[in-house]
Amino acid sequence: MTTQLIYDGSFEGLLTSIFEVYERKLLQVKIGREKFYLPDFHNAFLKIETDITKAERVWNGLVKKISTHKCTEVYKTFLSEQKDVEDILLSFTRHAFSSCLNIEGDYGHPAVLAVAQIAKKVHREKHRMEAFVRFQRTKDDLYFSFIEPDFNVLPLIASHFKDRYADQHWIIYDKRRNYGIHYNNESGKILEVQAEAPLSHKPLLPSSICHDEEEVYQTLWKDYFQSVNIVSRKNVKLHLRHVPTRYWKYLVEKQ
Amino acid sequence: MWERMEEKLQILADAAKYDVSCSSSGSKRSNDTKGLGNTTGVGICHSYTEDGRCVSLLKILLTNFCIYDCLYCVSRKSNDIKRAAFTVEEVVSLTINFYRRNYIEGLFLSSGIFKNSDYTMERLVRVAKNLRVQHNFNGYIHLKTIPGCSNELLREAALYADRLSVNIELPSEGSLKLLAPEKSRTDIIKPMSFLSTRIKAQADEKKLIRRTPAFAPAGQSTQMVVGASPENDFQIMSLADTLYKKFSLKRVYYSAYIPISHDIRLPALGTPVPIIRENRLYQADWLLRFYKFSLHEIIDPLHPHLDLDIDPKIAWALRNLDQFPIDINKGDYEMIIRIPGIGIGSAQKIVRARRFRKLGWDDLKRMGIVLSRAKHFLICNRMSFKPNDVSVEILRDKLLAQSKFATALSPQLTLFS
Repeated sequence: MTTQLIYDGSFEGLLTSIFEVYERKLLQVKIGREKFYLPDFHNAFLKIETDITKAERVWNGLVKKISTHKCTEVYKTFLSEQKDVEDILLSFTRHAFSSCLNIEGDYGHPAVLAVAQIAKKVHREKHRMEAFVRFQRTKDDLYFSFIEPDFNVLPLIASHFKDRYADQHWIIYDKRRNYGIHYNNESGKILEVQAEAPLSHKPLLPSSICHDEEEVYQTLWKDYFQSVNIVSRKNVKLHLRHVPTRYWKYLVEKQ
Repeated sequence: MWERMEEKLQILADAAKYDVSCSSSGSKRSNDTKGLGNTTGVGICHSYTEDGRCVSLLKILLTNFCIYDCLYCVSRKSNDIKRAAFTVEEVVSLTINFYRRNYIEGLFLSSGIFKNSDYTMERLVRVAKNLRVQHNFNGYIHLKTIPGCSNELLREAALYADRLSVNIELPSEGSLKLLAPEKSRTDIIKPMSFLSTRIKAQADEKKLIRRTPAFAPAGQSTQMVVGASPENDFQIMSLADTLYKKFSLKRVYYSAYIPISHDIRLPALGTPVPIIRENRLYQADWLLRFYKFSLHEIIDPLHPHLDLDIDPKIAWALRNLDQFPIDINKGDYEMIIRIPGIGIGSAQKIVRARRFRKLGWDDLKRMGIVLSRAKHFLICNRMSFKPNDVSVEILRDKLLAQSKFATALSPQLTLFS
């Protein structure tokens, strides 16, 4: 019989679940997020309470078994929010703990390969967001941008933007997951924020709340974008591969 | 005021777009002072134009007024076009405002030559200095070196810029004389050689003293126009090879000539842009820099042109079928990267993974190796390969059918219809 573990959707919650798998010596097990749980009468059901101490024990165990780089990949894999990602990570952790070698190069193992491939996808999305964020400057000098990434990459891009715009007050808001990160240049800290009222469906801010020069710089950027194109080398296929249409609505130059 | 700014930006961005360098990588400038900008060594392409090229830097000319009359250049003196010039402050404020909105990684500033080389270079340096000193800007700056400018200015430029570049333009002295009579090879090579010596000296110094000022930390690059003059691929690649070895250039860019003027010395207007040839040159360039091929393996004076139909790595493999198949579970890394369809990333994965278990076809497929190409050149533990069964011609045809240019190369279709 398979045991179904349900956790709250946090990374710590997942690590706690993995801890419980060992603690209770479960062999056949599936881990799933509470949000997506559908009762199933054939299987046993167990709700996991997130416990930081237990989570840390699993994490520290992983840190001893694999490189820091691979640990980051494990976290990235989790952020993909893909279906069955919990089971892949459980299988990966089991493989790592059961071997006396560092198994991260064992690409012949399905979970090791899956972690590498999913982490790569998430990393690509992170890199895309570092490129595709378009800040709009508001009247009170806040730089604001909406994004709608395929994966939950805000935790991964925060430090990049903090280092780059250290003297600037900014917010990047993930519309799909309805939360954002807010950097205050005076305190030098990043905080998570959540909109209280429902957001407008428009991808850009209305010009009424924008800084006087905002529109001008958007126009100049569009001019620039048009001018650097070489018509006789037109290659739409390549263009679309680099900038898939789903990102267009937030890109000033594609309006 | 803004209308004039818009017009200037259109003119000066349009004139700069034929410089293909776009890289914003290879330099580290960390934002320790809580100023603006941070460069980590990884470049970011913020957008892509419809021709599929990346937009990473604000690439503009300071001015398109020019005292030179190089035939292949849109900004040449005799060309009847709109002229414009930015002030130093205008370039600085455009860069800062674009950067703050996360449109760009930094600035790529070039210029037409007005008055003389030193006068022009001095203004380029002033922009970079202003950004770094007054605006505490840590983004990427690429400055064009103006041929013939003084060493003192070059040194100053290298203190503020991440990358410097001077364009070779044409692959031979003869073509340069014919098409750009006021430019000489010496004027181009001199600053390149000066900078490369200084960059090396700086690197040696850094080994002894930890805190040395950055000196063009992203190195130098250059560009050659391909197809405007009669040089063959062998001449172009040998020149590139020499530049990499002698001056440790970070990149040589190849720019397919886009016909822009009526002159009997140049390909006529409407001549197709040699895009496939440009692509093959880049592939050959990659083989030199990352796949440890030597020049004579890729191209030699007897076969002075790269094969347009198939990429240079396949071409090498077909000429050297006796070296294949490679056993994926035993072969050296150096040979595995030479298998068509396997890149550097896959090769590294293979070498790591085979320590744990023998790899089969399914493993390779799951790892993302292009088996349709690679299968002809390797063996793994289950199926064997008999190279003697397949003739070079049959193999070539099979591979040709998979080419990304297959439709463009097919005789049934016209190339640029």
